[in-house]
Amino acid sequence: MQKSLNIDPGKCTGCLQCEMACSYEHTGTFNPSRSYIKVFTFHYEGRFAPYTCTQCDEAWCQRACPVDAISVDMMTGAKVISDDKCVGCKVCTIACPFGTVNYSQATGKVVKCDLCGGDPQCAAACPTDAITYVDADWTGYDKMMASASKSLPSAEVTA
Amino acid sequence: MQHIIIGAGPAGVVAAETLRKADPEANITIIGDEPEPPYSRMAIPYYLINNIEESGSYLRDPKTHYSDQNIELVQQTVDKVDVTAKQVTLADGSSRSYDMLLIATGSRPISPPIPGLDLPQVSSCWTLADARAIIERAQSGSNVVLIGAGFIGCIILEALVRRGVNLSVVEMGNRMVPRMLDENAGGLLKRWCVDKGIDVHTSCSVDAISAADNDQVDVSLSDGSKLSAALVISATGVKPNTELLDGTGIEIDQGIKVNRRMQTSNADVYAAGDVAQGIDFSTGNYEVQAIQPTATDHGRIAALNMAGQGSEHQGTLNMNVLDTLGLVSCSFGLWMGVDGGEQAELYNADEFQYINLQFEGDHLIGASSVGKTQHIGVLRGLIESKVHLGDWKARLMKDPTLTMDAYIACTQELGYS
Repeated sequence: MQKSLNIDPGKCTGCLQCEMACSYEHTGTFNPSRSYIKVFTFHYEGRFAPYTCTQCDEAWCQRACPVDAISVDMMTGAKVISDDKCVGCKVCTIACPFGTVNYSQATGKVVKCDLCGGDPQCAAACPTDAITYVDADWTGYDKMMASASKSLPSAEVTA
Repeated sequence: MQHIIIGAGPAGVVAAETLRKADPEANITIIGDEPEPPYSRMAIPYYLINNIEESGSYLRDPKTHYSDQNIELVQQTVDKVDVTAKQVTLADGSSRSYDMLLIATGSRPISPPIPGLDLPQVSSCWTLADARAIIERAQSGSNVVLIGAGFIGCIILEALVRRGVNLSVVEMGNRMVPRMLDENAGGLLKRWCVDKGIDVHTSCSVDAISAADNDQVDVSLSDGSKLSAALVISATGVKPNTELLDGTGIEIDQGIKVNRRMQTSNADVYAAGDVAQGIDFSTGNYEVQAIQPTATDHGRIAALNMAGQGSEHQGTLNMNVLDTLGLVSCSFGLWMGVDGGEQAELYNADEFQYINLQFEGDHLIGASSVGKTQHIGVLRGLIESKVHLGDWKARLMKDPTLTMDAYIACTQELGYS
């Protein structure tokens, strides 16, 4: 069964272990500024919210790519960037309405969550289970729908 | 069911793929007039700097993709569309019948009325053939004049500088990229380019180009300057290739008018991409956008409807992103604001940083930025989702860098589960 990242901001303590693990996995350095998952801090609310690509079915990034550099990893369902093909044009970074594809000045390519090939290091590093990697069915269809109905761009409705 | 798609750019290819998914049994034919396999003009600047081979611009792997998907590729010019007989006639005299037709013929560079524009040293930068001609003439150390500092001009600008040419840029507007960036942002871009040694002339036009010795040309500008150049590139805008539908009775304005289903005024003919004049998300008006994300969105919506799966879109959002010698700028929607709206701005000219947000009520309706590369897509999300910002509007007015935070707070459950 396909799995997906389940993020529960209520459990996040803002320790940033996920950012450390992600940047180490993808760049070989402990450098949160190059992490593909970001923890946002809400001082007024006293909350932390880890946020990264949801590997959405729409895949705006993939469709907008002019050079076919984004493909679906059949094993994980992740939308994955091919560094060999990416020319760094950044069209995907404006096409993704969730803001989770970003340009890396360091590499001249775009970067995004690739689920670490099926063993996401953010989830492995999270000490409080705020980030878990679970069967896609368990990420809560109702919760997903509620959040999607608030957050999905209204680019299209089916008549 | 026979679907014919005229045009092999991103809109046409995405439409063909969407049709194949929606209707596994259909016959799908793409007819394109350029000799190369379907490719992306967006990739040409990266070809100019040897970042990719010519094949790196191909939209898909031409060896396998189209045959795997059972999409027929025909390299031919279409001479005529007969919407009564539902037939297209090709340049070789053959004709083909369609049940559903998609016009995705794109656009082409406009030729400003400048004497000498037909000289061999003058080129546009639109096709792979143009790119090859530019590579030939834009050698390191040669003088190059670029007419137009719009979006396309600025993308080529970067490639030309990286090729090591001495570059002059001539733009009629009072700033760079005037149709994508406001005065602050466009001004930053100009200063950035001048700092990098580019000769930038704004509020200026080219009066004439004339042949000179040694295969060079002389370029006279309206500000009195005279430039000598080995190559002049004209990038003053594009216009939709609508001519195929002339005389068919199908409604054409600036582009081919299409409804929310990408259908033209003829029920069996659709249009998508640069050639189509569809609904703009922000204004609700019919507008030609000529941008890659709109082309692919159009292609997809058109295909779903051609396959009988009713799908309407709420209009495409105008947006652009540009990297000018390392300075990234972008704009979305109504970045120039609306009457009665409010704006939040952060402008740090010394550091080349700029963010401008435009609000109407507690909605974000437009945005632009310079020097920002992280989470810029969320500006699209905030605008297109029409999310009520509530308290977050006041926070954004104070600190416009908090757009990603605002989006998460307004759309995700932050509480304990």
